[in-house]
This record gives sequence, structure tokens and C-alpha cells, in this order.
Amino acid sequence: MADYEVPETHEFPIIPSIMEGAMAHSSPFVAGEEFQSDMGFPSPEEPGQLIDGWHEKFLELMKDKLSKYRSLQVFMDICVKCGACTDKCHYFIGTADPKNMPVARQDLLRKVYRRYFTFAGKYFPKLVGAVDLTEDVIHQMYSYYHQCSECRRCAVFCPFGIDTAEVTMAARDMLAQIGMGQKYSNQIIPKVHKIGNNLGLPEPALADTLEGLEEEVEDDIGVKVRFPLDEKGAEILMVTPSADFFAEPHIDGLIGYGKVFHAAGVTWTLSSKASEAANFGLFIGNYEHMRQISLRIRDAAKELGVKRIIFGECGHAWRVAYNHLNTLAGPWDFLDQNYPIPQHILEFTKDCLDRGILNIDKSENDHMTLTFHDSCNIARASRIGDTPGSQFTTPREVIQAVCNNYHDMSQDTIFDQTFCCGGGGGLLTDDLMELRIKGALPRMEALKNVSKDHGVTHMAAICAICKSQFTKVLPYYGMTMDQIVSVHQLVSNAIILEGQGEEAEDSDDTDDEAA
Amino acid sequence: MSTIDVNGKQIEVDEEGYLANLNDWEPAVAEVMAAAEDQELTDEHWDIINFLREYYEEYQIAPAVRVLTKAVGKKLGKEKGNSKYLYELFPYGPGKQACKYAGLPKPTGCV
Repeated sequence: MADYEVPETHEFPIIPSIMEGAMAHSSPFVAGEEFQSDMGFPSPEEPGQLIDGWHEKFLELMKDKLSKYRSLQVFMDICVKCGACTDKCHYFIGTADPKNMPVARQDLLRKVYRRYFTFAGKYFPKLVGAVDLTEDVIHQMYSYYHQCSECRRCAVFCPFGIDTAEVTMAARDMLAQIGMGQKYSNQIIPKVHKIGNNLGLPEPALADTLEGLEEEVEDDIGVKVRFPLDEKGAEILMVTPSADFFAEPHIDGLIGYGKVFHAAGVTWTLSSKASEAANFGLFIGNYEHMRQISLRIRDAAKELGVKRIIFGECGHAWRVAYNHLNTLAGPWDFLDQNYPIPQHILEFTKDCLDRGILNIDKSENDHMTLTFHDSCNIARASRIGDTPGSQFTTPREVIQAVCNNYHDMSQDTIFDQTFCCGGGGGLLTDDLMELRIKGALPRMEALKNVSKDHGVTHMAAICAICKSQFTKVLPYYGMTMDQIVSVHQLVSNAIILEGQGEEAEDSDDTDDEAA
Repeated sequence: MSTIDVNGKQIEVDEEGYLANLNDWEPAVAEVMAAAEDQELTDEHWDIINFLREYYEEYQIAPAVRVLTKAVGKKLGKEKGNSKYLYELFPYGPGKQACKYAGLPKPTGCV
């Protein structure tokens, strides 16, 4: 582990005394020309500079966004500086930098808005805190709009409902279009367009990985559970983050999905074209990329002739899917209208549990005491089911249906008040490691306390970013990387498939015989 | 673009120290990168690096963690076929540190 100053955790959360400029140095790598051009964004002549005419271009873009998105216009005008958001951001709590108070971060853009788009700011800038758009302001924006994970916790506490995430997204998009795109996101999105997923995992590698997984599961439980790829005529298209193919504990969740489908007796398939649930178009605030990424799912669904679409454990993917899939890539009239479009895997699994068609042995998880980390994008932007609050209850009901030992973390850190893992919103990159470690503080504190008070040993999550982020930061807080688990990993541990545990010699049955 | 000195040759690397041009790789590149991180490369490390390179050659991507642990388990015995063993060898993470030494691009995405 590299050396970083790790904030101290306490028995109760402490609001830090402010440290001006504490994180002014934090800035992710700027995308080089190759990545900018892949995205259709311009590049400056010299690396590290802005494009010619950046000033006019930025204001033009801002004018366009203000007219297109009424919400942005309202958010620019309506803040009264009440301060309700100041201590609600995990990055402020972890870094003590006052510019990480959501109001101050938004004000980086708001001050420019006032200067060029309001009467008072045009004529009496000093009176209303309006500032000129300078290169220095642009660099501050680049730094601090990459110290916001678009988690929207502050918006829960804002009496006006100002959505900081939307301000961050708008700012990032404008920055990208004047030559300051972020390398991490801009390197990933073209891979989704060209290869199908964030990793750049081509079809043959994906097929090989899935084949290996089938062997592994068969060796383990003696049942041939299938992980089909590009199978035409399957009932369900499963869209899941590519980290589920690649990383731990994500892959144990994928095994869980496969076992649930097997036990339910449905046919399903992954798609090499839509081998990614994530949609980083959201993170960078770019509608067109978000739309193109979503359209792959539509194309794959049509080509494969599926009747239903189910999303795997991925936070922001579910936000995009739940809120926007119909606008971005609808209408979905060719799918079976009797099922939710799209559906979350937890909703599917919960329904199977409720109908009693899964054979569960909860004691398989008795070596753990679980808690659940609500992922920000799911908690504050969606439901998992058709009732209000189902995004909180469905995961907990599934966990408690497969585990005997469960305890929630402190009330002000869960449900809609959940804290971001510290790596969301396009910040899960090594060049922001210091920020990620510091931003994880509130969640790490809550986890430590529930471990101490209630013997919790493991935290379950339903987002690829959360899982990867915790794997990385848990050791910095004196815990171990394997304390983070996938929810469907718990399902996988507890589910007993037909034929499981018997000698595995006659295991060449078809995928839906077990139902 | 920054470079590293490999036996007097200047080889280009990106901001994070990964090779800019994958064809520039030779065993000495791994040695130089490892030395810069105070990491000694033993035969066990080379087993992993070589496997990564072979896999990349075939699939144009680094292997998934399970593919790697399975291959290691087959070759070196079941007790080593897990990510704990890989993290002991490459404390910064097999996915990233080992890929860097092997001259592969950094795995991107939510990993």
C-alpha cells in the first residue's frame, strides 16, 4: 500500500475544522489527445493548455445548457447559502477542504454564471460575488468537480432540493469540451462503444472467462450451471458490469445470478455487445454518449430476441436504467410487458424467494455477520420493486433470507442518507487515491462502529464501483479487502441446487432441467 | 511523455508508468519497473508475468482474476490458486502491478 494520510475514525462522526486549500492539489489526469478525439472532444495544441477560444466556447456551452436544462438554471439561481449541505459531503468530512462543502463547490460555477448571465453580476460583480472566467477558475473547477462523486447526499438535506450532481455533470461536460476531459472516463467510454464494455474485454476473452466459470462452479458444487453468451432466443438478457467478469468479489455475485436463473428454470444470456451495464456517459454529463451506450442494450436485446432485460449489481447503471432507459433507448414495445422493463436482479431473486422456489440453507453464511451498504445511485435515484423505499427493503430482505446474522449500520449513514463509498461518479482511479481514501471515512467509521457494537464481519454491496473501492480502501482503515462481498455472493453461498452435493458424474443436463 | 531508462534505452511510459508502446517490452523492462518500486522479482513473480503475457497475446486483454488464479492453481498447486497468494507477490494488486511489469495496458473500468 502506498503511503497516504488516513483520517482517524471516531465513535461518533466529527465535523472537521476547515483547512483552506487542503485538497487544491487533487486533480485527475487530463485526457490526452487520443482519448479526447475518440470522444469527439477537442484537444489543445500543447498538453496542459486549453483550446483556442476556450473562454467564448465555455460561455456558449453554459448558455446552451441553461436553456436546455431548466433544472440547472434553477440550481444556479436558487441557492440561499443556508449551509444545510456544508457538513453532508463525505469528501468534506474526509478532507476538511471548505471547497468540498457542496455549496462552495457549486459556487465555482455559480460565480461565473452570475458574472455573465445575471444583471447584477454583469454590472456590480463584486457586490454579488461574481468572478471572471479565468484559467485559474477553470483549473479549480477541474480539481473540485472531480472531488464530487455525484452521490447526491447533499441534495437530500438541501431545503430547495438543489442537485449538486447535476451541477458537477454540467461542469465536467463543459470542461471536456474545452480540452479538459478526464482521462479515466474518456479512456473507458470509447472501449464501450468499440468493444462493448469498460474493460475492453473482447468476445473471445469473455467466452473463455465464462467457460472457466462454468467449470469452476461444476467443480465446486457438482452441478452444471450455465453462463451463456450471445444465445439467441433466450428469455432474459442479463446486463451486468464487466467488473463482474473480472474482479473479486464481483464475480462471486455473477455466480449467484447464474445459480438463481438455473434454479428458477428460465433461459438467459449475456451479450458480448452489451457486456457492460455501466454508463459513464452519466458521470461526464454527456447526453449523447449516455444515449449511445444505452442503445447497445436495445440492439443486443433485438438481435438476441429476448423478452426481458435484467440488470446486475451496478449502482449508477441502475440509475440510468431505472430513470432514463426508456427516454434514451425506448420504446421497449418488443419486450414482454408483463415484467418490469428493465428489472433489477434483486427484484428477480426476491420474487423467487417469495415464491419459495429457491432452496436456501442460511447456515452456509453463518461464518459471517453482515451489514449492507446502500449504493448512492440506487438509494437516491431509484426503486428496486414497485413501492416507495423498495430500494432499501429489497436488498435487506434478500440478504436476510439467505443469512442468519445481519445488522444495519448507524441510521444516519444508510437508506437515503447513505454515504458514498468514496469512489463513485468516475473517480475510481488510482490518480485520485488520496481523495478516495479520505472520502471513504464516514462509511469506514460506520462500519467499524457496527463491527465493534454488533460483531459485523462483512459488508455487502450491490455496485461494482463500491466493491472495488472498498477492496482498495478497507486495508487503509485497518480492515481486510475480503470484508466486502456481493449480495448475490451470499445468495450463491446459501442456495442449494437440485443435484448439488451428489457425485458430479452426470452433469451434462440442460440449463433449465433443474426447475 | 515520460520515459524510463532500460539498459541505456529510453522507453516511453504513460502518466501511471505503463508502457506507451507494448512492443517495447523486454524482461529488463519488468526489472526496471520493479526496482523502482523496491520490488524484487523472484521466479514466482516471473511465472505470473509470463502467464499474463501469454494470455494477452491470445486475447488482447489481461486475464480476469479467476482465470489467473485458476491457471496459477493448476501450475503451482491449489494452495496458491487464490488472490491472497497473488497479493502477496504483488501488493499493489495483481491486476495492476503485475500487468504493468508485464508491459500490458492497465485494466480500466470499475475494477
